Amino acid sequence: MSTPSTNAPTGRRRPNAGDGPELVPTHSDEPLLQVRDLTVGFRTEDGRVSAVDQVSFDARAGELLAVVGESGCGKSVAATALSGLLPHNATVTGSVRLDGVELVGASPDQLRAVRGKEIAYIFQEPMTSLNPVFTVGRQVAEVLRVHEGMNRRDAMSRAVELLELVGIPTPRERIKHYPHQLSGGLRQRVMIAMAVACNPRVLVADEPTTALDVTVQAGILDVLRDMRDRLGAAVVLITHDLGVVADVADRVMVMYAGRVVERGEVHELFERPRHHYTVGLLGAVPSARTADGQQRLREIPGLVPTLAEQPDACTFADRCPAASDKCRSSQPRLDVAPASRHEVACWHPAGTDRAEVPA
Amino acid sequence: MTGGRDVAGQTPVCEVVDLVKHFGPVRAVDGVSLRVDAATVVALVGESGSGKSTVGRLIVRLLEPTEGTVRLAGHDVSHLSRRAMRPHRRTVSIVFQDPASSLDPRLTVGGIVGEPLRLHGVASRDRARQVGEMLEKVGLRGSVAERYAHELSGGQRQRVSIARALVSNPSLLVADEPTSALDVSVQASVLNLLADLQRDLGFACLFITHDLSAVEYLADEVAVMYLGKLAEQGPREQIFNSPRHPYTQSLLSAAPVPDPSAQRARRRVVLSGDIPSPVNPPSGCRFHTRCPVAVERCSTEVPELRLAGGSEVACHLVADDGTGPDVRRGDSAPEPATAASGEPS
Ligand SMILES: Nc1ncnc2c1ncn2[C@@H]1O[C@H](COP(=O)(O)OP(=O)(O)OP(=O)(O)O)[C@@H](O)[C@H]1O
Ligand SMILES: Nc1ncnc2c1ncn2[C@@H]1O[C@H](COP(=O)(O)OP(=O)(O)OP(=O)(O)O)[C@@H](O)[C@H]1O
Ligand SMILES: [Mg+2]
Ligand SMILES: [Mg+2]
Repeated sequence: MSTPSTNAPTGRRRPNAGDGPELVPTHSDEPLLQVRDLTVGFRTEDGRVSAVDQVSFDARAGELLAVVGESGCGKSVAATALSGLLPHNATVTGSVRLDGVELVGASPDQLRAVRGKEIAYIFQEPMTSLNPVFTVGRQVAEVLRVHEGMNRRDAMSRAVELLELVGIPTPRERIKHYPHQLSGGLRQRVMIAMAVACNPRVLVADEPTTALDVTVQAGILDVLRDMRDRLGAAVVLITHDLGVVADVADRVMVMYAGRVVERGEVHELFERPRHHYTVGLLGAVPSARTADGQQRLREIPGLVPTLAEQPDACTFADRCPAASDKCRSSQPRLDVAPASRHEVACWHPAGTDRAEVPA
Repeated sequence: MTGGRDVAGQTPVCEVVDLVKHFGPVRAVDGVSLRVDAATVVALVGESGSGKSTVGRLIVRLLEPTEGTVRLAGHDVSHLSRRAMRPHRRTVSIVFQDPASSLDPRLTVGGIVGEPLRLHGVASRDRARQVGEMLEKVGLRGSVAERYAHELSGGQRQRVSIARALVSNPSLLVADEPTSALDVSVQASVLNLLADLQRDLGFACLFITHDLSAVEYLADEVAVMYLGKLAEQGPREQIFNSPRHPYTQSLLSAAPVPDPSAQRARRRVVLSGDIPSPVNPPSGCRFHTRCPVAVERCSTEVPELRLAGGSEVACHLVADDGTGPDVRRGDSAPEPATAASGEPS
């Protein structure tokens, strides 16, 4: 096992290659995290609810992948499924390989060892993932004790450093507080401290900055960048804030109703969105809506369908301005557009039907 | 039955005066005065941990103020008992910042949204109909009424809590980060919804948020908090077009824009120095430890909120006509006193 590290929060290195062959990022072709056909359903009182449908993606070491999409489209479920964290009424199929090791169907012990240490999470709702009866210092320290084998004292002093790293003022005082005594933003930062505590190789950050003001947000984004650049972590960032995506993402994956509908390099995707959902999403962005002098914000009309409703169709068809009969009878798959690393699952992608010349 | 009437003789829906809330040594709110008039939206923005949610909870009297006054429709409710507060509960609603923990896990969504109606004695058939309508208004299908909160996504839960807050037609809505977990398209529909309802029903709204573009869309007035106090307050255009307080200026410059090339080329004002603690706030102006333009006086003398060029500003460096430094231009302290760093002694 790796030695506990108690150095300053910055400039830390991952354990030496000598600690074990698995700990160094691989330079082989297989990406650090490889997800194939991940499908998740829930058994509920009114039958099976499908939440994630054949989602495939790679998360590479040293890269930040942003995941965006309609509320309820399966982002959080897909993310939690990666390390088997879903409730009992969930069924998961497909494959999730971390450095070549299959995690779907792995034993609870195996998964427990992976979580926190290899794959760490920053959850969307901090209050539900912090334990109300323990102080936040104890909760951060616990992670270090379990995964890094630190003693109580070292773990606590490292916890103080971590709280400082995520911009919590007077961390020595704050470690004594219980979650309900903290503001929303402070709780979120405690979650972030817990997630980065063990220098995970994959960091899944689900809306990590929503409760934070923009100046603190900028600091948290720096922490994520640092995880990527200095520690070579693969960062998967789920967010609704397209400004944040524009700021930090290398690649972007767009989900709609349980499926991946578009994926591409960040500049490319913002400049030439090809799926009509992505076009609508970018059009609903505040600056776009205020810039064109509209009184009302632009929304995408209609409700998100539930997946079960349309197995053999494009799930966006009912709300799509370009939909044809084909879209209602046949499901488009992601395919790579010629000469670009930009994929779209659409029969009539934007910017191709009409002769549009990029400026 | 006290004052709070303005010149036009209109009683504000909600008014707080010199509000103070301490949690033990934590001075969460330290002298805040605000009013929210009928049919207006006042946005409360500011640093994380600056006391925004606490102000919201004080207004709906989930918390009792340490000092100061809370008036709802002219009635002083600052120290009313739970019971005496009950009639006011019908007229004020709150959407909590953390939707998951504010929804009863034992109730279905229908039960949660219908709860305020049940308390007001609405018959169960009418209730089901109103709940269904409200769910559709916030962009959820009627069928989610059968589900439990833990079976929903974050954004779906947030819409449930908005539906619960609006179903009883409140005259004041305190909305604490109501759209933070929503994607921009749903955000747009919720903001449109709030704007529509607000126009149709004329409720007043205290809108607590970090999303400055939502503020720009929805708010009539903006109040900016920093460490338990108001730094600046004024009409929306005024705050967005000519922010006077250096904190407001840096806040506006830090908001990321959704364009990768533009965003990466942008110059953000990065505030130096540690975020101070509300247990031991800096002397003088609370912002001086991080303010790029602070001078000697800022560390010793507390600036009062005063009218300066169209908004109320608490800053020594802003003249009465509103002129002053702009940190977005890269202004820095005029004298060798330079940007103070670290905590004051
Ligand atoms: N335990 C559960 N039982 C039944 N359905 C569930 C459960 N958890 C999630 N779902 C459903 O799965 C779908 C996907 O949810 P998920 O939380 O992944 O959405 P999301 O994309 O993260 O949305 P948001 O942006 O709002 O957080 C939703 O329709 C949700 O209602
Ligand atoms: N019950 C409590 N006990 C002790 N301290 C508290 C309590 N509630 C809030 N505080 C403290 O009061 C301060 C203000 O908290 P508040 O939740 O009002 O901030 P906020 O402006 O809403 O922040 P955010 O934007 O992060 O939600 C924080 O320092 C917080 O830790
Ligand atoms: Mg989610
Ligand atoms: Mg808050």
